[in-house]
Amino acid sequence: MAFEIDAKDLHYRELNKLIRKAVAEGHKHLILKNVNGQRYIAAGVSAQIDIDIYGVPGLDLGAFMRGPRIRVHGNTQDGAGNTMDDGKIVVEGMAGDVVGYAMRGGKIFVASDVGYRVGIHMKAYMDKVPVIVIGGKAGDFLGEYMAGGVIILLGMYSRYPERPIAGIFLGTGMHGGVIYVREGLPETQLGAALQIEDINEEDEKILRGYLQEYCADLNYDFNEVMAAKFVKIRPQTHRPYGKLYAY
Amino acid sequence: MNPQKENVKTSAPKPRKKKIQFSKFYPDFLIERDWDKCIKCKICIRECTYEAHGWDKKRETLTEDHSKCVGCHRCEAMCPTGAITIKRHPSAFREHDTWKPWFIKNVYKQADTGGVLLAATGCAVPFRNYWDHLVLDACQVTNPPIDPLREPMELRTYLGPKPDKLEVTLEDDKFHLQTKVGPWIKLEVPIMFAAMSYGAISLHVHQGLARAAKELGTLYNTGEGGLHASLYEYGSNTIVQCASGRFGLHVDYLNAGVAIEIKIGQGAKPGIGGHLPGEKVTEEISKTRMIPVGSDAISPAPHHDIYSIEDLRGLIYALKEATEYKKLVFVKIAAVHNAPAIASGIVRAGADVVVLDGLRGGTGAAPTMFRDYVGIPIELALAAVDERLRQEGIRNQASLVVSGGIRCSADVVKAIALGADAVYIGTPALIAVGCTMCGRCFTGKCPWGIATNNPDLIKRLDPDTAFEKIYNLVHGWAHEIQELLGAMGLNSIESLRGNRDKLRAVGLNEVELRILGVKHAGE
Repeated sequence: MAFEIDAKDLHYRELNKLIRKAVAEGHKHLILKNVNGQRYIAAGVSAQIDIDIYGVPGLDLGAFMRGPRIRVHGNTQDGAGNTMDDGKIVVEGMAGDVVGYAMRGGKIFVASDVGYRVGIHMKAYMDKVPVIVIGGKAGDFLGEYMAGGVIILLGMYSRYPERPIAGIFLGTGMHGGVIYVREGLPETQLGAALQIEDINEEDEKILRGYLQEYCADLNYDFNEVMAAKFVKIRPQTHRPYGKLYAY
Repeated sequence: MNPQKENVKTSAPKPRKKKIQFSKFYPDFLIERDWDKCIKCKICIRECTYEAHGWDKKRETLTEDHSKCVGCHRCEAMCPTGAITIKRHPSAFREHDTWKPWFIKNVYKQADTGGVLLAATGCAVPFRNYWDHLVLDACQVTNPPIDPLREPMELRTYLGPKPDKLEVTLEDDKFHLQTKVGPWIKLEVPIMFAAMSYGAISLHVHQGLARAAKELGTLYNTGEGGLHASLYEYGSNTIVQCASGRFGLHVDYLNAGVAIEIKIGQGAKPGIGGHLPGEKVTEEISKTRMIPVGSDAISPAPHHDIYSIEDLRGLIYALKEATEYKKLVFVKIAAVHNAPAIASGIVRAGADVVVLDGLRGGTGAAPTMFRDYVGIPIELALAAVDERLRQEGIRNQASLVVSGGIRCSADVVKAIALGADAVYIGTPALIAVGCTMCGRCFTGKCPWGIATNNPDLIKRLDPDTAFEKIYNLVHGWAHEIQELLGAMGLNSIESLRGNRDKLRAVGLNEVELRILGVKHAGE
């Protein structure tokens, strides 16, 4: 049975206390109603639990969290999944800036657009591979300093038809991981020393896996999503600054 | 179009010529071997990780390549017969006060490679060292000094916000504290170990620091390289760091220590990020940092989730929420021009401790231009920040910790008199375990087994020795601090904190005196 918390007029500190209490009591499914900008929801929570959020969560939703599966029935503000370790955040609307900063594992699925600086310094290690899928478009600096993980940018479900699929400086300083972009993107949007490559069978398999899950979560038509060509952006070296120094 | 370029003859490719390397012609050091003492045991060859010593099979004799010597003195120290002396190479350039050999050789290096000059340790430029222009007071006749050997002397320090006022009620003839205070961190000695990451330094040094911190009742700082599994047991003496790379940073890590330090900047390289070269990312480092072996560990210059004081507040409270308000949050910045205003913002953003790292703060790797010329001396920054926070009435809301160029216990005492709650030491702890300041930490070849994680080299410094040396150093300093306090007639470090009247300056100008808030000697 789902455990419901009414977040109306609650300070984030109180709301988080209630969430942690519910987790400690062994509840497996929380429903947060009337969320209105409360920050740090489920920050640092380490548990296998489902959280449904109605309203707009504030800064750093699920920061540092390990395990919770969060579904936001609406938009979310900046910093969702900041330094997230494991779990899943599904956003049925848009997400703000700095989504998945330094994310180490888990998945963030955004139905529509994201802001600037998304997926900066994501990193992968052993079997932990963080994944961000964006249904709409992304602002500048997507995947900057990326050290590992996967970002998939679809550009299909955007509120901004006039904008390019991604802002400028995509993947600047990238030294690991991969960014897939549906239908490609203009080279002007790429960071320095990056190239757009065609995908291979291996990539196709990766894309199909994540996008099947994404489409199922967000009720999108998988065949429609896969109907276009994808390209990938990968770093040329995992040591971009290896030859920078004199000594 | 460049007409000259157009006219260049395209001749057949010449045989590859070895490129001339000017920087190799003029060695910094000279390896002097006393052949009367040398027994050709070849220990020097084994000890030197830079291959400056060699063996000539034909002539059956030792050779030396002075250009490879970094001046670490390992061979000199290990030579069983004392046959080796490392000297500054006497080969000299013509005297020139502007074009000193340092600049000439740096130009050669960059002309050879086209790279950015890299250095370690802290600022090597002889800017005025204010510690050396400050003297301490002592009691004479009118008030008696205290002898710490026969009277209690308190160095205990509490870090964390102090309340504006205390509410106390009287019930049943007993006073009861009503104001909620803490959490605080209790230090038995106001000296902590500065952030040096596992990766930059060896696991053995980390183990030594952690144990020393525990025995001394103080804290060590993990740096940004994560926390090795063997060190979780020292949690109550640990500060975990959260830097822009967020390496090895997860919930267990955040909860492992008693404080979390958000590293915005460091004195050795304000304004730029960190960069652990792939050579140093070994199997063990890879596990702790949670990145693949051999991959560069790059920390971006800013935290990309912090572009303002408001954003900083965002991260401070994200960390507090994630750890249920049980941990203190430190925010560390490099001492820069606007440090007082920035520190004020940091306090208002909710930090429990502000850390200032000055111009002379050490590092394992920084671009030389940053190490030497970016940032301001800690003495001035400390005085200015303490003053500013007092003027704004918020000094009690956060503790102030300073670092960067503290070399002895008198420097600690002076820092506390200028307003610091505690200090961090990094370089002195490394020197205590044998560092000779050769400044080649970034090569990963540290012959003393300190700034390396080469499995063969780390054996040169075992954790027990590291612990003992670091413990001894701080133990000695703590006693000196007690003696200095006693001489001033104080029996508690708390009475010295921000007590600038106990300081006098020698040979400083009026601007410097005003900033330091110290009278000139004789006044």
